[in-house]
Order: sequence, then structure tokens, then C-alpha cells
Amino acid sequence: MSTDLPLIGDFSTAGPVLTGARVGVVTFPGTLDDRDAARAVRLAGGEPVALWHAETDGGAALSSLDAVIIPGGFSYGDYLRAGAISRFAPLMDAIIAAAGGRDGSGSGLPVLGICNGFQILTEAHLLPGSMIKNDHLKFICRDQALRVENNATAWTRDFGTGEEITVPLKNQDGQYVADEHTLDELEGEGRVVFRYVGWNPNGSRRDIAGISNAAGNVVGLMPHPEHAVEAGFGPDSDHGMRMGTDGLGVFTSVLASIAGETK
Amino acid sequence: MPTIVVDVMPKPEILDPQGKAIAGALPRLGFTGFAAVRQGKRFELTVDGEVTDEVLAHAREAAEQLLSNPVIEDVVNVEVLPDAAGHPAEGPTA
Repeated sequence: MSTDLPLIGDFSTAGPVLTGARVGVVTFPGTLDDRDAARAVRLAGGEPVALWHAETDGGAALSSLDAVIIPGGFSYGDYLRAGAISRFAPLMDAIIAAAGGRDGSGSGLPVLGICNGFQILTEAHLLPGSMIKNDHLKFICRDQALRVENNATAWTRDFGTGEEITVPLKNQDGQYVADEHTLDELEGEGRVVFRYVGWNPNGSRRDIAGISNAAGNVVGLMPHPEHAVEAGFGPDSDHGMRMGTDGLGVFTSVLASIAGETK
Repeated sequence: MPTIVVDVMPKPEILDPQGKAIAGALPRLGFTGFAAVRQGKRFELTVDGEVTDEVLAHAREAAEQLLSNPVIEDVVNVEVLPDAAGHPAEGPTA
């Protein structure tokens, strides 16, 4: 009689893998959102693969993967600086190499850093700038409107340029800072990928919520697209309470990028 | 055992939200006359053995690579701490 039940949510973890794309999700001590990121990959049609930060043979671990997500949380309790200790995890060297190195040249492995993952990518110098404490000094948790400024990256190609999306934002050290020269460079090269709309929630320079490397395969953002992928559990939207699934486009984008590459 | 002190401060052009909050709290307690506050970090590296030039160089390297993030912070001081009796530090200083 399952057809009589209202379809509120599908809680099974074993959904159909639509693309065959394998997306690694890294877990550090203190990572919180790895399960959500893995679920977002599966809901988008890919196969999530768990990666452990202490993996010493990172090259082998990454060789069978099509993309990697460094999820949010408080790795190492944000001790020293957010992401500062995780950045030196054994697996990170392999990720930096697979992503195409720090010069951002070439088209390497698609890598997405969300929140603490973004902080780790800046500490690893895969992305420029850094994050400091929110200008109002408080932890903030809200549904946040963003504008997709660049839909040419591996992680945004399913969005329209200028498309506005709403996904949750939750952080303490979310204020993006970089020197003026770097900011101008990011703007000039179209590497500002997401911008806060309506309100700057943390004092980030130029309302920047997310950026990419020069090649567009590495993207980092503070807000959490993986928390807006399933109706009933996302932000409020025009379709009703908690019905927002705007974040799903990030994960379908990378699957499309991967499929496009193998064509 | 000798100790090397490393002081790290937010770069002058970076807004220091914590320092700003402290600056706001001072006058409420009657501490007036302070125009601004900036908050940094102090690290104490206990050395196993003598502080040689090489050890001090390692401390400087660690300060640049791990203890500070050059995008937002400056290493403003690396020095050998005088011992408990107040004797000046042996070996090279910063």
C-alpha cells in the first residue's frame, strides 16, 4: 500500500546512480557536513565515495574519482585558524596535485570546498584570499540569497548567469578578505562565482560568497548548497516551506561537466 | 628548556573584528584613552636542547608556514625567551 502514503521524502540512501560519476567526499576530524554532501551527490545522480583525510596513498584514492568535495564543519575545531591544520592532511597534497597545482593552470580534477572546505582551499593556496571572523562577531545561520556570477565553472554550469538562488549559510569565520589587487584580479577574470544578494551577512569584501581558480575547476563558497537539495528539507521557497532545492544545481553541474569531458 | 616566542598579528589593513569588540568594551569599564585595540596570537615553542641559529631559522619557517597565514597575518616577532631567573637568553636572538 505504499502508493497511498504521501511522498514526503525518500529516506533511502541507495538511489539510482544515473551518471556513473564518482565524487569523493573528504572527512577530517570535526567535519560535519560530509553525509549531507554525499547525499547531495547521490540525489544529483552521482556516486559519492568517502575519503579519509589521513589517506597516505592519496594519488591512488583519487585516481578512480571524477571530482572531490571538501565539506563544511569545524575540522580540528578551527584551532589556530579555520582550515589551517586540515590543509596539511596527507590527502590534501594529492588533492592539490590533482586539481592542477597552485598556479591554477590546466583543467584538473573538479574540487569544491564548502564553508570549512573553502577555508581549507584558501589555506592550501588553491584559492586566493582568506576568511576572518564575521564582522559582527556572531555565528550566523540563515537562508541566504546568492547570485551566480559565473556559470562557466565545473560546479555552476547548470545555472544561468545572474541566476539568483537561496541556500543556507552557517558560519562564524565567513568574512572573505583579500588585498585589493587580488580582488580586482578575481573580478576582472570573472572568478567571483557567487555573490551575496540583498544583504552582506559577514562583511565579505565586495559581497563575495564564492570564487574559483583560473581554470574554473576549483570552486569554494561559504554558503551550503548541499543543505538545499531535497524538497521538505531546504530553505523556504515559492513552492512552499522548506521546499527550496536551489543547491542541487551545484552537484548536477559537476556531473554534467564530468559527462561532458568523457564525451 | 629554552623557549622561542612567536608573535603573530593581523595585517594592519585587515579589519580585526575581535580587537574592535574589545575596544568597544574598554570604555564601558572606565578604561578610556585607548583609541584602538588589535588582537594577535602568541606562540611559545619549547626547544628540546640548545637554541642554535638553525633552530631559530626553523622556528621562523614554522611561523611563516603554519603559525601565520600571510594573506591576513604578519609574524611580528620571533625571539628566545629569557629563562625563569630573568637571565638574558643564551644563543642568538632575533
